[in-house]
Amino acid sequence: MKALHNMLDSIRPHFEEGGKLSRFWVVYDSLETFAFTPGHTTKSGVQIRDGVDLKRTMFLVIVALIPALLFGTWNQGHQYMLSIGEVSVADPLSALFLDKLLIGAVKVLPLVIVSYGVGLGIEFLFAGMRGHSINEGYLVSGMLIPLIMPVDVPLWMLALAVAFAVIIAKEVFGGTGMNILNVALTARAFLFFAYPKQLSGEIWIHEVASSKAGGLLVDGYTGATALGHLASTVGKSPTEPAVAGVMDMFAADGMFSLTNSFFGLIPGSVGETSALAILIGAVLLIWTGIGSWKVMSSFLVGGLAMGAIFNLMGLNAYMTIPAIHQVVMGGFMFGMVFMATDPVSAAQTERGKWIYGFFGGFLSIMIRVFNPAYPEGVMMAILFMNVMAPLIDHYVVQSNVSKREKRMELAMAQRATA
Amino acid sequence: MTLEGLLVLVLGWKLDIDAEIYKKVVQASVPRPNFAPRKVNLRELMSRKIRIKKGADIRLKGRPTQTVDAAAFTATYAVQPPNYHGITPKLEVKEGSAVQAGSPLFFSKEAPAMKFLSPTSGKVKSIVRGAKRRILAVIVESDGKNDAVALDKIDVASASAEVIRKAMLSHGMFPFVEQRPFADVANPDDTPRSIHVSGFDSAPLAPDMEIVLKGRMEAFQNGIYALSALVGGNAIHLGIRPEQTIYSGLKNVELTSFDGPHPAGNVGVQVHHTLPINKGETLWTMHAEDVANLGETLVSGVYTSKRTIAATGSEHPHPRYLQTHLGCELSSLTNGMNDASVRVISGNPLTGTHAAADGYLGGLDHQITLLPEGNDPKFLLTACWLSPGLDKFSLSKSYPTWLMPKSKDFVMDTNTGGEERAFVVTGQYEPVFPFDIYPVQLIKSIMANDIDAMEKLGIYEVAPEDFALCEYACTSKIDVQDIVREGLDNLKKELG
Repeated sequence: MKALHNMLDSIRPHFEEGGKLSRFWVVYDSLETFAFTPGHTTKSGVQIRDGVDLKRTMFLVIVALIPALLFGTWNQGHQYMLSIGEVSVADPLSALFLDKLLIGAVKVLPLVIVSYGVGLGIEFLFAGMRGHSINEGYLVSGMLIPLIMPVDVPLWMLALAVAFAVIIAKEVFGGTGMNILNVALTARAFLFFAYPKQLSGEIWIHEVASSKAGGLLVDGYTGATALGHLASTVGKSPTEPAVAGVMDMFAADGMFSLTNSFFGLIPGSVGETSALAILIGAVLLIWTGIGSWKVMSSFLVGGLAMGAIFNLMGLNAYMTIPAIHQVVMGGFMFGMVFMATDPVSAAQTERGKWIYGFFGGFLSIMIRVFNPAYPEGVMMAILFMNVMAPLIDHYVVQSNVSKREKRMELAMAQRATA
Repeated sequence: MTLEGLLVLVLGWKLDIDAEIYKKVVQASVPRPNFAPRKVNLRELMSRKIRIKKGADIRLKGRPTQTVDAAAFTATYAVQPPNYHGITPKLEVKEGSAVQAGSPLFFSKEAPAMKFLSPTSGKVKSIVRGAKRRILAVIVESDGKNDAVALDKIDVASASAEVIRKAMLSHGMFPFVEQRPFADVANPDDTPRSIHVSGFDSAPLAPDMEIVLKGRMEAFQNGIYALSALVGGNAIHLGIRPEQTIYSGLKNVELTSFDGPHPAGNVGVQVHHTLPINKGETLWTMHAEDVANLGETLVSGVYTSKRTIAATGSEHPHPRYLQTHLGCELSSLTNGMNDASVRVISGNPLTGTHAAADGYLGGLDHQITLLPEGNDPKFLLTACWLSPGLDKFSLSKSYPTWLMPKSKDFVMDTNTGGEERAFVVTGQYEPVFPFDIYPVQLIKSIMANDIDAMEKLGIYEVAPEDFALCEYACTSKIDVQDIVREGLDNLKKELG
């Protein structure tokens, strides 16, 4: 590795002040520090420091995302095969494994590349302007964004969403660590509000529209997600045949059965469908202490609580979906493990994390069921809780402050009597 | 009888506690004036034993063996004003002045009665100045005779507070008294609410106080008497380890035992868990070895600046205890180690200062640590962020070393292990910060220089050293101790 370091050293002068390529210093610096942790030593304060840094932390989050990414890629191919009748719902693991993976990769890889390309490009630009070194935050956001996108989202739309999220949600607040909203969710929310038409309907499955035009589509196949189907039942009587038809899909042998939803063999955003793959990532995040188990567990409890309340009320068909089924559908699990736990936009105090997580999960299911205009409530719920997090922290810290003030008053009273 | 007393009574019967302990317990349960309204754990109350749960022991190689040797000869000694935070030195000597052990070298501009004395006899070799002619060190060349000035002898058991206070100032012992809030040299005009001494050091590779104070318990007791006079004869609060025995039998002390990892030995942590500081209160603290020096100086009339240094660290050729005096040459403690690849730290690895190999022992340091310098770039796969890191001690669970047996010691170098970043990871400071204070929020209020918020968030209770583990653990490599020091300085300026 000496050779590589010597090579980096030899080209260094070009990038330093006065060199031909000095405007690309940020690029050089980030690549060099990527390959070699610099020989910086401690000065004042502690003389030794822990080996963990932001690069390792962020890298471990990406590792935790790999199961969801791989499964999501395969599943996109699988859903395509389903839509054209090549495989049946009953037999998901029938051959064509590689074909499915390839079809999925053809769609998913460009999403990843565009997300990283646009996002990191903007990061480099801002870092260069500010004279900062590159923060590692976008390494994770850049992987999260493709995983919460519908697979057929046009690439230009994705690029626009990434640019909006990185600039408006992050850079205007001062960059990594300063943002109020989760960057990846902001990208998703941007598309949701800017292109509502394009982002609903036939976008969740690869080439559903052209398959339909070509007469390839299986009869009655709509390509809607579980939540899309359920949203269509709201406001209708549970006895209507259309509603009963939807509810059949959620029965034990339906397309959106609990098992299928848990393993993720259903249409949806790239990475969100498989609760199993996401939970594997969750185990890694909790095991390494990088993801807050407090946020995750209270988020889950919040979601289950709201689901159970709906079960008890049972006012419409949607409310009768069992709470456990609710939390394995849609983006709930993905939001719980990878979005709500974002340390920058979540509550910062340990007690605040319990409150933040609980209401995040609670509201996710509530929005989902009450407001069919937002089939996916998790995004809205987490963004709302991002905004509320500083308030939660304020009250948690304030209780500590008033405890200290009471102690002082007590001491003063005692001194006065003494 | 209070409700607590009643509970103890019931529990006491249940636990079959014998009469003597029972008596102690009931006495302890009588609320003392100003007792902290923290949640009182009944078991703690019964034994006056407090368990500190938060914190961490950083397990480094290079622990000192139990041997105590005399340090090698040191030709010069230095008294370094920057070691004593908050004082401005005014010289009383010139280069070439002849001095004796106990002659004043300089005094504090803020409190002119506060003298800083020469640890040895000889002549002033040089006065080292830094930027803006700030005095960095007064270096005394020893003549090897150690002639001492005869100072007034004080009867510590009966002297009045005023006599003791004056003697401490003129006998050069006052600079070793630190005050809270502000964590700097105490103001001799204040009347402290209480005086606290930590009877053990929990920092990485720290000296064992049982060895440091061996044979000096009489001096220690005299020091306690003197300090006790300053607080109207009240007992001095002494924090000890449950297993320590040297402190039993002391008079005028109130013992509280603290169990748990570093920073349980920090006096600030001990104060927080017994008698926390409120706004408007001042208390004083002193290192246990300095308490012994204080007793010896006042009783004998000879300025005593003894140090039993724990010479430690993975790079120390022979880690052990060395007896010397304040301000000695570091080379006398390092076996002459002078190698660019080794860092000499005066103090412990968390709060010590990076010293030159031919530099001097810091005035408030009781330990030196020799660690490998980490100034070589580290390749991502083998030694840094992508490495398995089986040899890296880490408080973060992202390295697998937390799964290894607790008996394994590690070598750590001085590499920062990454670059400084904005705050991203949360929940990292709290597990190593045993205060009922929100550390990150406090640090942010200091960075914003919001004095009001700093006060509300509890800055009065903390010293930079209490944040050392937070700084160690910080993923974003933020200089937490410097920030806290800046906050305390700003607060002091603001209060006038």
